[in-house]
Amino acid sequence: MPAVTETLDTVAAVTEGGYKWGFSTDIEMDMAPKGLNEDIVRLISERKAEPAWLLEWRLKAFAAWLKMEEPDWAKVHHPPIDYQDLHYYAAPKKKPGPKSLDEVDPELLAMYEKLGIPLKERAILAGVEPEEGERPPVAVDAVFDSVSVATTFRATLAKSGVIFCPISEAVHSHPELVKQYLGSVVPAGDNYFAALNSAVFSDGSFVFIPKGVRCPMELSTYFRINARNTGQFERTLIVVEDGGHVSYLEGCTAPQRDENQLHAAVVELVAMTDATIKYSTVQNWYPGDADGKGGIYNFVTKRGACRGARSKISWTQVETGSAITWKYPSCILQGDDSVGEFYSVAVTTNRQQADTGTKMIHIGKRTKSTIVSKGISAGRSDNTYRGLVRIMKGADGARNFTQCDSLLIGDQCGAHTVPYIESRNPTAKTEHEATTSKIADDQLFYCRQRGLSQEDAVGLIVNGFCKDVLKELPMEFAVEAQKLLAVSLEGSVG
Amino acid sequence: MLEIKALRAGIEDKEILRGIDLVVPTGEVHAIMGPNGSGKSTLSYVLSGREGYEVTGGSATFDGHELLEMEPEERAAAGVFLAFQYPVELPGVNNANFLRTALNAQRRARGEAELDAVQFLKMARAEIKRLSMADDMLKRNVNVGFSGGEKKRNEVLQMAILRPKLAILDETDSGLDIDALKIVADGVNALRGPDFSAVVITHYQRLLDHIVPDRVHVLANGRIIRSGGPELALELEAQGYAAVVAEAA
Repeated sequence: MPAVTETLDTVAAVTEGGYKWGFSTDIEMDMAPKGLNEDIVRLISERKAEPAWLLEWRLKAFAAWLKMEEPDWAKVHHPPIDYQDLHYYAAPKKKPGPKSLDEVDPELLAMYEKLGIPLKERAILAGVEPEEGERPPVAVDAVFDSVSVATTFRATLAKSGVIFCPISEAVHSHPELVKQYLGSVVPAGDNYFAALNSAVFSDGSFVFIPKGVRCPMELSTYFRINARNTGQFERTLIVVEDGGHVSYLEGCTAPQRDENQLHAAVVELVAMTDATIKYSTVQNWYPGDADGKGGIYNFVTKRGACRGARSKISWTQVETGSAITWKYPSCILQGDDSVGEFYSVAVTTNRQQADTGTKMIHIGKRTKSTIVSKGISAGRSDNTYRGLVRIMKGADGARNFTQCDSLLIGDQCGAHTVPYIESRNPTAKTEHEATTSKIADDQLFYCRQRGLSQEDAVGLIVNGFCKDVLKELPMEFAVEAQKLLAVSLEGSVG
Repeated sequence: MLEIKALRAGIEDKEILRGIDLVVPTGEVHAIMGPNGSGKSTLSYVLSGREGYEVTGGSATFDGHELLEMEPEERAAAGVFLAFQYPVELPGVNNANFLRTALNAQRRARGEAELDAVQFLKMARAEIKRLSMADDMLKRNVNVGFSGGEKKRNEVLQMAILRPKLAILDETDSGLDIDALKIVADGVNALRGPDFSAVVITHYQRLLDHIVPDRVHVLANGRIIRSGGPELALELEAQGYAAVVAEAA
């Protein structure tokens, strides 16, 4: 049987067994009643004892959302979402933000263990700092459903002036910063899902890197959706002042559920003069089963503003999960000589749909952007790259390079590339390259003839295909991502 | 020892091999020559397990293994190596990583200890030196951007590193200049010994000036129509295939 036929058969045979993070955790939860209305928005705000200005901001966003229509331009299909059939707030009953390991619900600790967050990271979650001479640690903010349950290394970070805490806490501890920057990159009424998020966002991470500070360790947030019929609406805000530097990682998983779960996050990045933000994501939300039942709807707005001269924002994402991904991490290149980068690997199998890409808006002079997108489609999935490069009138000497490569496994999947290039400045240069290829039978046979199993052969070919993106990830994350690619495509060939 | 008995195979409904009988004793190098379309490449693919070929009769055993019942990677682990007529490109996969993964997969399958990166590189570099190849060969992506000659040389390097017991060379000489031809031949000759056999498939006699075979077989119309010593290759070169085929008919 030709490898391609076998590939298809096996892809068809892959069931929920392929997702290893699909367990759920039994935790006593404080849940808001189902449904969405002004009272729910007020309830969320009240639960978090928010100041009046924030409640007002939420209500304005909610009013805007009511008047908006769900976008329909993406190449994704799903039954209408019943926004009244969801819980908009779910928090573990134990008090969030424990001071010591004893205060963290043991069920939660067991869950993180099961998720395989590396031991060191778990030690960190438990608040135990590593011994001297060990590998540089990563500070973690663990967001469980609607709230942050633990943030580590805060004391260490505080010594260098870095603020890393749940955004719900930053609202109280650093109201002036939150007020100044919240919604300054993604306004409350930016789009349908951003407006929804602005109205009901529950938690997320807040990062502030003061002038001239290079964040002494990698920061990371680990998102976990657990509760049933619950939407997750986290909000992340990262501000780096002049000359500052931060590398931030984001990971996500969810239990395997038959119904679809909504995840509508907003991430805002602000980079001032000479500041650098490196934002890496390994997204592994539950993708649904082989028939497309269940899985996360991942409708996310991520945008970074390079406000100062020579600032740089780099997005790297490895997307293997979610039933539907709708996500375009973008850069507004306002400062002269600022740099935006987008490196993406999106894998879709079974019935997954991904419509993802980026927007690079060149405003400042000599701004530069690089886009490298690698889409891998298997099974009956659909994988679309959608990208916009816009060069504004004043962006003299702006440059963009875009490369979009698609890899097809089998012949029932789709790969699409939709680039938009708008240039209003004659001195600007844009380049676009695109390729589509298949894992060919002869490549598989060549590898197998040398002794590799079919699965190892696919893994090798896929990792080779993604190399340009994987090398942009921080070391440990890259290893994790490679394994994830292998697991995601496990069984996608016979 | 490779023993092929009454082997029949084809693609879809077209029979290409119509009863091949061939014995290659351990330690010997046999050449298979024949006109285009005689079934030479089909034989190499059937022996190495390429999908899409249907075996309709006969058997092929190698050192006691029923080759035709094994997966391609199992055949590789049993010591069968195919040097491809058209080596395949693997973008983004570097040669060193590819070869180490392949070698360790084979070693694992045979119950041998795997080589770590340091051990592997030491061994691979020694082979490269012995074959007078460029040092960057290991760093380059598998066959990507290689000239035709470089691709064939890479096949020889892979063979040297994987150390098969049975090498099948499928027209490895096609498209090679004389220097590249010599490198290929040296690669095969270096492996010659009591535990190594090879089936050298070629259209032309010139490769056999450099790899002197123990036996030469003429394949035509899916059957071996004549066998002989190295002098048979010279006879073919002088008279052409048509005469030999006509004579056998």
